[in-house]
Amino acid sequence: MNTLVRENHSRGTNGERPAEQFIAPAATVLENSEGYTLEVEMPGVSKENLEMWVENNELTIVGRRSMPSVEGTLLHRESRPENFRRTFELDPSINGEKISAKIDQGVVTLTLPKAEQVKPRKIAVA
Amino acid sequence: MSLVRYQTPGSVMWPSLNRWANLRDDLDTLLELPFLTGTSRQAQLFNGWTPALDLYQNTDNVVAIVELPGMRKEDIEISLHDGMLTIGGERKEQTDEGQSATRTERSTGKFRRSITLPTRVDANKVNATYKDGLLTVTLPKAEEAKPKQIQVNVS
Repeated sequence: MNTLVRENHSRGTNGERPAEQFIAPAATVLENSEGYTLEVEMPGVSKENLEMWVENNELTIVGRRSMPSVEGTLLHRESRPENFRRTFELDPSINGEKISAKIDQGVVTLTLPKAEQVKPRKIAVA
Repeated sequence: MSLVRYQTPGSVMWPSLNRWANLRDDLDTLLELPFLTGTSRQAQLFNGWTPALDLYQNTDNVVAIVELPGMRKEDIEISLHDGMLTIGGERKEQTDEGQSATRTERSTGKFRRSITLPTRVDANKVNATYKDGLLTVTLPKAEEAKPKQIQVNVS
């Protein structure tokens, strides 16, 4: 893998497990010459409950679910109660200052533009 | 010479596939890949996309909640037939020109989930909302299916 928004499985210093259990959401990474688009599935997460930060060239996304509360008996369950968390190692070509994000119907879409110097540039023949 | 009982390839295949599915589950737990239950993983191997579905029941309603992140409202179909609720639809792949996928975990394509409802419902009063990628279908119980208090007359 040369250029990629790479996933980071490490768990911080000393490999300690965080007290809270998270599940890793499904993600798709798209690339073109301008940059990367990262799509992360977080059903049940609203804009207010989404947190993202870049630290040491790592992008972390945490989404806390607010599921509709239904009174009554649960007859069948396939969903998971845990919140979402996933960390990606950013490719050096990404301009960390210019990352933008939006969330729409449970999908977080991040736009990670490449720094100007790595974009392909046409050279005019004089 | 011994006589070996004929086995259909299918019946040989299944147990071994099961074992693979279990192994994959274990590996995924270790690697923290997106969670899928054993059954839904197998369903996914053969049918594509299987969104998670929860079903609740209270005195007045049966409520189904389905995880459908990133759908368009128009692409979700809900139908009720013979006491069976079916939710289906399609999520189209959205790739802009010049983009290539370096990692694809999100499922695209068609899906269909069916679930038998525990009681009779009033098909005319079914209500569905779609918010934050969650589809909530509220199915009011038919009058005759609601619990009723019976007065005991003591003479």
